Amino acid sequence: MTGSEVPPIDLPDLDVSAIEAIEGVEPVRSVRTPIRLDYRYVPGRAAVTYLEAMAEKRILGQRDPDTGHVFVPPRGVNPASGRVLDEFVELPDRGHVGSFCITNVPIPGRDDLSLPYASCWIFLDGADIGFLGLVAGCDPDEVRLGMRVAAKWKPDDELTASAENIRWWEPTGEPDMPLDEIRGGRGA
Amino acid sequence: MAGQRCAVVGVGQTKYESTRGDVSMPGLVREAALRALADAEMEWADIDAVVIGKAPDFFEGVMMPELYLAEALGCVGKPILRVHTAGSVGGSTALVAASLVQAGVHGRVLTLGYEKQSESNAMWALSLPQPFQTSVNAGAGGYFSPIIRQYMTRSNAPDLIGCMVAFKDRRHALRNPYAHLHQTDLTFDQVVDSPMLWDPIRYSETCPSSDGACAMVLTDETAADRASKPVAWVHGTAMRSEANNFPGRDEVNPAASRQCAAEVFAQAGIRDPRNEIDVVEMYVPFSWYEPMWLESIGFCDEGEGWKLVEEGVTNFEGGDLPVNCSGGVLSSNPIGASGMIRFAEAALQVRGMAGDHQVDGVSKAFGHAYGGGAQYFAMWVLGTDKP
Repeated sequence: MTGSEVPPIDLPDLDVSAIEAIEGVEPVRSVRTPIRLDYRYVPGRAAVTYLEAMAEKRILGQRDPDTGHVFVPPRGVNPASGRVLDEFVELPDRGHVGSFCITNVPIPGRDDLSLPYASCWIFLDGADIGFLGLVAGCDPDEVRLGMRVAAKWKPDDELTASAENIRWWEPTGEPDMPLDEIRGGRGA
Repeated sequence: MAGQRCAVVGVGQTKYESTRGDVSMPGLVREAALRALADAEMEWADIDAVVIGKAPDFFEGVMMPELYLAEALGCVGKPILRVHTAGSVGGSTALVAASLVQAGVHGRVLTLGYEKQSESNAMWALSLPQPFQTSVNAGAGGYFSPIIRQYMTRSNAPDLIGCMVAFKDRRHALRNPYAHLHQTDLTFDQVVDSPMLWDPIRYSETCPSSDGACAMVLTDETAADRASKPVAWVHGTAMRSEANNFPGRDEVNPAASRQCAAEVFAQAGIRDPRNEIDVVEMYVPFSWYEPMWLESIGFCDEGEGWKLVEEGVTNFEGGDLPVNCSGGVLSSNPIGASGMIRFAEAALQVRGMAGDHQVDGVSKAFGHAYGGGAQYFAMWVLGTDKP
């Protein structure tokens, strides 16, 4: 039940044949030309404060005094209102899985990730937005909504001012969060 | 509806394929534009302005391509406007074109969306590593999978609803000669057995990567009244957006989506979308978004969308609310054009010109697009009668 045909296009009759010197040569279909651009990255005050605390294995968020909402990672503003935020609060390095994807697609440059891996929305205790993180230290099949997880930090001598200090998140063994308290989606 | 009357008088599409190696980007957009002009029975000189959209420039690495495409679109010395709203851009671009007509700025506007994914790497362009941050997101499927999982949990939908949508849209595509995927021998079991890429999203539940362009000619009432072919009148247009991560955000059923639908139906005077809309072209790049958007737009109550799928309501054959009779984004995905294809297919249905996937007796059609982290929305309602 294939549909009718695509109508032809009325184009001017141009001579687009190759010059004699390259007649019979296999035509070039495409050329890959990788490009790169080096630049200085200025993360801004909120991100710098967050990243520097990371070097001490501390997780900082920002609190909006108007709404009481806590944002981690901090972005300097409340995205809903545009209000500039300057109050930092320290959060525990544990929380729960709001939702997740069991991923069978490799990420270039992440040879450390064996397939499948669990990409999870992590909501830290006391935070009002989540962020994507890897949950490991258990079989991906065991990952579930509401599962409690804690940060698996790099060894102290490998710490830098980077969120990569947290190698992954792993189950704590605590009871799961009840479904109606899980963040993400509807938002608790 | 605000402003002067506006109608779609011409539609042009390219054949969608994984690689349109026979044409350059200018050749691709010109092909769609020529077909739209031919359908509108117009010449380049009849067009007052061009409104063009595509996905972000860094996909193909050609910056501000609207400048160098102006010549291929017969637009030298005329106004050209570029629209940017990520995956919803094809829809928003059509709405910007409509607004120029409705505002009386121009009488005859050519609008076009395109993408050349074969010269691009959209999947990894969408997952750029951020300095000092970990990266565990593998493309758009990785982003939408957790949201779909939330929907499945919230609605208690059976696991294979997504496969039913994917199989339906691939069957519909067989009726559309422009569709990229023509999987004549595909079976439902093959969809179910296809590999899990981003659990719960299977390979056969994701959109392909396509080259292609789609164009429309929109005119004011004077020009539309002179058209010899049927036209599709614009009854309502709406765009809404929201941030992609804020406290309490409902990612499954975003407020921006609900508000956009409420606005477009209010403009079109539609109180009961399920009964008043005859055919739907909806942006469904991952199968589960069909039941999710059916609920969000208001074609059914929350938690009921999957039941419409299960009952066959959205099938071309036998369904009373056919969705994506063209095969949808699941069968053709030139990203920057995908939203405009939804809008243009809605126009073809209203004009009675959808060929083998024409639904009988269409009087009102709904076109829909979304983009970003399900945060940008564009919708329109078209009708056979003047609004």
